[in-house]
Amino acid sequence: MTASTTTPAGSLTAPRRRRADDVAGLGTARAGIFVAPALTLIGLFLLFPAVWTIWLGMTDYRLTGLQAASPEFVGLDNYVEALTDPSFWNSLWLTLVFVVASGIVGQTLIGFALAWSVRNIHGWVKALIEGLVLAAWVIPASVASFLWLVLMDRRSGTLNGLLGTDGYAWLIEHPMEAIILFNIWVGTAFSMQLFSSALSAVPPSQIESAKMVGASGWQQLRDVIIPNIKGHILTNTLLITLWTFNTFTPYLVTAGGPNGKTEILSVYIYETAIPGGQLGLGAAISLIMLLINLVIALAYIRVSRGRKKG
Amino acid sequence: MTGSTETVRKVASNTTVRHYLARVAFGLVLTIVGLLFALPLVWLVLAPFDATPTLSLEWPDWTLDNFARLFQNPYAMRSIGNSLLLGVGTMIIVVVLGALAAYAMSRIRIPGRDGILYGLLLLSSIVTGTAAMVPTFQIITSLGLINTYTGVLLVLAGGILPTVIFILKDFMDSIPKSYEESARLYGAGPFRILRDVVVPIARPGLAFIAIWTIVQVWGNFLVPFILLRSPDLQPAAVLMYTFYTESGQADLRLISAFALLFSAPVLIIYFVVNRRYGFRFHGGIKS
Repeated sequence: MTASTTTPAGSLTAPRRRRADDVAGLGTARAGIFVAPALTLIGLFLLFPAVWTIWLGMTDYRLTGLQAASPEFVGLDNYVEALTDPSFWNSLWLTLVFVVASGIVGQTLIGFALAWSVRNIHGWVKALIEGLVLAAWVIPASVASFLWLVLMDRRSGTLNGLLGTDGYAWLIEHPMEAIILFNIWVGTAFSMQLFSSALSAVPPSQIESAKMVGASGWQQLRDVIIPNIKGHILTNTLLITLWTFNTFTPYLVTAGGPNGKTEILSVYIYETAIPGGQLGLGAAISLIMLLINLVIALAYIRVSRGRKKG
Repeated sequence: MTGSTETVRKVASNTTVRHYLARVAFGLVLTIVGLLFALPLVWLVLAPFDATPTLSLEWPDWTLDNFARLFQNPYAMRSIGNSLLLGVGTMIIVVVLGALAAYAMSRIRIPGRDGILYGLLLLSSIVTGTAAMVPTFQIITSLGLINTYTGVLLVLAGGILPTVIFILKDFMDSIPKSYEESARLYGAGPFRILRDVVVPIARPGLAFIAIWTIVQVWGNFLVPFILLRSPDLQPAAVLMYTFYTESGQADLRLISAFALLFSAPVLIIYFVVNRRYGFRFHGGIKS
């Protein structure tokens, strides 16, 4: 206990039993100073905006004009306006379709299928397939969206060239399908990687005994693999839901168009608040989005806690 | 007797045929899926080297002229510089503040520490760039920080820090405390210990965070898109978008080379780093 001779003033307040952790003699006061800058930054630019949304959503704040200088408190008017506007419900519906089709179904199923398919393959085939899927995920969003514009271009796009459908405007005829496929292309890598590591953790002995009793591939999947990776499936689904719900990238492909046909909630908020200038209304819709995020995140925490206990 | 062996043989050959067909079908489906994933990428790889790139997929008339032209384009090169500036700037803020906070949280039991950590992580996954774009835009405008790097850096750092603290705290926890104990025996103060003992040992973790942050910021579109106005300040992520939306006649020679140059760093980092750290690298909070 010679160390106690150099004990700085700060740690005098720290109870004895904690000394074992505080090997550098930091002390609670100095620890507070170490933590403060980071917490201040997070507080100001992450926590405060979230809280500020509540206030902002109850004003008629606008980007320009009289309401920009002196916004007035309007209570729940913005919420009434949003909830009675068919374009808001349309946007919410499109978001649901987008999240279910591209996230929950598309990315999860294709990601799992890919992980399952390449699990026993080694060498260049596996590296190539995983590399391609991952490349789509790491390429910056604005490049990825341009590549899809090239792919689906009306006049000389790759897709029309391959299918011999020259002049077919995919982004006008099937805008929703386009951003769904685009998002599957971008995001599948995460599910693939997550399921790859989950599958490699399934005890081989269980698969072996299933094979011994003559279980088919499908039966092995249903009775051995899926029960083993149930937790991963839930985690994956919730994270993908959260991310897909919050992605803004489809805007770079279709800009919400044509005629609002791809105006998912993130795009709807942007269009309302920033080019539209209605910051108050935009904030009200943002709060709805934040609350949905909260519900998904809490579900995620429950699931991951349950997994740790189980 | 003979009948039953025949049946067995028949069944056996049936299974082989079925097995074989299943393999072929499996290979076929895997190839098609692979091709679908590759399709948009082929253009990115081929068009920049084509003397006359079009939107169609065609074998290039090989040349490096597009890159020579790109390097002389002041807007393109400046935007790459801007991206680097934003990436490195955010990285410095996040690594310094994150390391200090993570170290203190790892070594001192601040009341409610674990609660704070999980709370922060929850906060950063709920308050995403899209959900918070309206209040963030309004706050940054009111602070007079619109169209400044200060605003962009603060917003980006605030969003990334919770994840950084979480990962770094894990890392700091794994550093054996005996080094710090002996440094203290020789009379080193906490700052000295942090600088000369902890930071050198935590270097792999700090390097991981540094690279991860730069990759996150490099591709980030929304924050600079909303908070920056002047074309001079735009990072590559936004300029790429401006290139194909605002120019009347898209200059495909420029755009294709720019797209590849802009994507190359993250692709290279991925191939180098992912081998070492696994997929945790890109498993962080997106957008």
